[in-house]
Amino acid sequence: MTDLILEARELELRFGGVQAANGASLQVRANERIAIIGPNGAGKTTFINLCTGYIKPQSGRVIFAGQDVTALSPRAITRLGIGRSFQIPQLFIENTVIENLLLALSAREGTWSPFLKLTKHPKVDEMWVLLEIVGLKDTGHRIVRELPEGMRKLIDIAVALALEPRLIFMDEPTSGVSSHEKFQVMDTLTRALDARATTAIFVEHDMDVVARYASRVAVWSGGRIALEGSPDEILNHPEVRETVIGAGV
Amino acid sequence: MSRQIVIGAGLLIALVVFPLLSPWSTVILTVALCEGLAALGILVLLRAGQVSFGHGLYFAFSAYVVAFMATARFGHEVLLLVPIATAASGLLAALIGLFIVRYRAIFFGMLNLAISMVFFSLLEKLFSITGGADGKRVPRPTLAGMTLERESFEFWMFYITLALCVVAALFVARYLLSPGGKALEAIKSNETRLEYLGVSSRKVLFGAYLLSGLLAGLGGAIIALVSGHVTPELAYWVRSGEFVFIAILGGAGGVAGPFLGALMFQIIRGYAAVYAPETWHAVLGVMLLIIIFFAPTGLYGLIAGKKRAAKPPAAVERAGAGQ
Amino acid sequence: MILLAALDGLAYGSLIFLVAVGLSLIFGVLGVLNIAHGSFYAIGAYVAASAVLAAAGMGLPTWLAFPLFLISAILVGVVVGGTVEALLLRRVYRKEEVLQLLVTFAVFMILEDAQKVIFGTQPLFANAPMNWLGTIEVFGIFYTNYQLVLIPLVALAVLVGLRTFLRRTSFGRAIVAVTQDREAAMAMGIDATRVYLITFIIGASLAALGGALSSSTTSLTPGIGSGMIVLSFAVAATAGLGRIEGAAVAALMIGLGRSAAVYFAPEFDVLIPYLIMVVVLLIKPEGLFTTLQTRKV
Repeated sequence: MTDLILEARELELRFGGVQAANGASLQVRANERIAIIGPNGAGKTTFINLCTGYIKPQSGRVIFAGQDVTALSPRAITRLGIGRSFQIPQLFIENTVIENLLLALSAREGTWSPFLKLTKHPKVDEMWVLLEIVGLKDTGHRIVRELPEGMRKLIDIAVALALEPRLIFMDEPTSGVSSHEKFQVMDTLTRALDARATTAIFVEHDMDVVARYASRVAVWSGGRIALEGSPDEILNHPEVRETVIGAGV
Repeated sequence: MSRQIVIGAGLLIALVVFPLLSPWSTVILTVALCEGLAALGILVLLRAGQVSFGHGLYFAFSAYVVAFMATARFGHEVLLLVPIATAASGLLAALIGLFIVRYRAIFFGMLNLAISMVFFSLLEKLFSITGGADGKRVPRPTLAGMTLERESFEFWMFYITLALCVVAALFVARYLLSPGGKALEAIKSNETRLEYLGVSSRKVLFGAYLLSGLLAGLGGAIIALVSGHVTPELAYWVRSGEFVFIAILGGAGGVAGPFLGALMFQIIRGYAAVYAPETWHAVLGVMLLIIIFFAPTGLYGLIAGKKRAAKPPAAVERAGAGQ
Repeated sequence: MILLAALDGLAYGSLIFLVAVGLSLIFGVLGVLNIAHGSFYAIGAYVAASAVLAAAGMGLPTWLAFPLFLISAILVGVVVGGTVEALLLRRVYRKEEVLQLLVTFAVFMILEDAQKVIFGTQPLFANAPMNWLGTIEVFGIFYTNYQLVLIPLVALAVLVGLRTFLRRTSFGRAIVAVTQDREAAMAMGIDATRVYLITFIIGASLAALGGALSSSTTSLTPGIGSGMIVLSFAVAATAGLGRIEGAAVAALMIGLGRSAAVYFAPEFDVLIPYLIMVVVLLIKPEGLFTTLQTRKV
C-alpha cells in the first residue's frame, strides 16, 4: 500500500484507572474520509491527542508519511503536515477571524518580519477565499469572542486548513451546528478537502452525517477500534446499532 | 489607529517644546523617557500576558556597563557608550531568555525577580569592584567628539533620547502589528492553538524578551549618563515593580502609553517630594489601585476613549483540547 | 564555626519559615502571590516592638512580651490582612494573574509608607524579651535561648499546628478542599469567600508573628519588609508554592546556606537565598516538594 499516509500501531495509554488507549491501531490511506464513532469516553479524542503529539503513548507507534512521529511535539507534527481542529474550538478569541487565519498563514509561510503588518500579508486574499469556502466571508472582521460556538467550530477548522495540511483531524466538526445546517456545513468542508486533496479523519456523533460523508467508519470502544468498514456495513451492523446508535448518542 | 497617531504626535510635540520653555525640566524629562523605555519593554511582555518583576536587571546592567566604560576612559563617547551598553543588555537578555521563555505567569515573574536580585546583591556586595551601595560615579563623556558643559550636555541628551524613544516606539508599534506581535498576543490567548499552528511559542516569547531587555538596557544606559551616577538600587525589585507600574499607569493599549505613564510617574514623584515626601510610594500605590479598579486601560485608554469589553474568565476559554 | 553557622541557620531558617509558610498557604488557597506579604512581617515587627516598649514603660513585667507578640500578630493579621483581602483582593480573583500581582504590589507600596508614618524612620530596638530569656551554652558556644530555643520551637509549633488544623478540623479540611479543586469544593457547599478571608488572615498573622519574634533580635528600620518578601518568595518557590512541610525544609536549607555564607564567604550571604531559588526554579520549577500533576486531557 503505497498510498498509506498515517498508521497508528498498537497505541497504549492509561492514566489513573482509565485505559484511554488499549491497542488502538488504524491505517489511513490518502484521500480517505474516516469517521470515528463510539460512545463518550471510548477514547476518540485521546486517539487524536496521541496522533498529534499532545499526549505521548506509553507504547505503540504513530507513523505519518513513512516517518515515525510518536515522540514529536504537536508543533513538529503540525509542521510535517497534520492539521487539527478541536472539540472546543481553540482560537485567538481577542483577534478577528481573518487575523486568526493570517497567523496560520504566517506560520505556514514563515513570514515573521517585524515590518510586515499581519493584515497586509501578501497572501491575504487566499485566506478570504478560504473563508468564503467555509461560508464565513462576512465574519472576517469580527472578533472571534463575539461569534457563536457553531461559527467558531468552522473557524477552528478553517485555521487548520489554512496550514494546508496533508491530513486533518476534526473533532466533532458539526457538534455546534444546528441539525438542518449540518449537511450544508459538511458539503462545504468536503469541497474544501477535495480541492486540496486533504485526507480527513473526523469524530462524529450524527449517523446521517457519517453515512453521507465518510468513506470508511471506525467504531471506537474501550480505547480501541472494535469494528471498521464501509458506512453501509457498520451502520447496519446489529451490535453497532445497539451500542452506539441505540445508546442515544 | 489614527487616535494612536494623534496621541503619540501630541505627546511628542509637548515633549519637544517643553524643555525650550523651561530648561530646568530636561533632566527630569530625560529620566522619564528612560523609564518609559523600560516600561515599553514591559508592555511588550504584557502583550503575551507575562509580567517581569526583574527588568531592573537590564536597566542596571546597562547603566553599570556605561559606568565602567566611562570610568575606564574606554569609549568615552555617548555615541559609543549607549549602543555598546544596550547591546550588552541585549546579550544578557538573550542568555537569560534562552531558559526563561520556558516559564509562564508566576514562575516567569519570580525567576526574573530572583535573577535581578542576584545581580542586585552582587552589585551591593562586591564593594571593591562596584563601589557597593554607594555605587559609582559616571564621568561625563563626550558627545559626538565634543566636550560639553553640563547644561548643554543635558539639553542635547534630552533630544537624542527623545529621538531614540520615537524610533523605539515606532518600531514596537510595527512589531506588535506584525505576525510575530500577533503571535505574542496568541501566547496570552491560546498557546495550545499556537503550537498547533506549528509555531514555537518559546521562540516568539524569546524575541519579545530580547526586545524588552534591549529597551530596558537603552533606558539604563542613558539614565547613567544623565544622572552621572549609578547605584545597585537600579536593579532592586521595587524599581522593576515601578516599570510595571508605569506600563499599567500609562496603559498597555498603545506604545505612547508607557511614556505617558512615565511622565505622570515623574509628576507624581515631583509633587509628592514637595507635599508628601514620606508617603509618595503610598500615593503611587493608591493610584495603581484606582487604575486597576476604575480605569483598566490606563491613561492611554482614558485619552483614547477605547474601552475593552469585560473578558470572560480565561479558564473557560482555555478548557483545553480534551474530552 | 560550622556549629555556629548551623545554629544561626536554625534560628534564621525558623524565622523565614514563619513568613514563607504564610505566603505559601495564601498562594495555595487563593492562587495569589502576595507581594505585600513582607509588609505584614514588618508591621508585625513594629507593632510588637511598640507594644513591648509601651509595656516596659508602664513598668509591666518583661515576660508579658511573649503573649504580646502573639496578640500583635493576630491583630495585624485580622486588621491589616483582613482589610486587604475583603476590600481589594476579593475583587480581582477572577481577573488576570498580572492584575492580582499588581494589586498586592500597590498594597505593598501603601503599607511601606504607612509604616514610616506610623512608626517613624528611626531604628526601633526592643531586645528586652531576648535578654530576659538568657543564654545557653552549646559545645562551648554561648547562644541566646530566644534564638536557639524559642524561635525554632514556635516554628515547630506552627508547623505541627498548621498540619493538624488542615487535616483534623473541618475548617482546615475545607481549606484543603478549596486548594485541591475550587469548583468541586464550592459545589460541595464550602463557602469559598470565608475560606479565602480566613486563610489570608492566617497567612498574614504568621508573617506578622515572624516579624514580632524578629523585633527582639534586630533593630527595626524601614525596608525590612521588602527584603523579607523576596526571601520568603525564595523559600516558598524552592519548596513549591503551597507546600507547608516543604517550606520548613526549604527555609532551613536557605537559612543554613545563608549563615554558612556569613561565616565562610561573607560577601555572598545575601546572594545565597536567591541563588538557591534560581537554581531550584531552573531545575524543578514546580518546587522541590511538589510532584507534578498529570496534565488534564
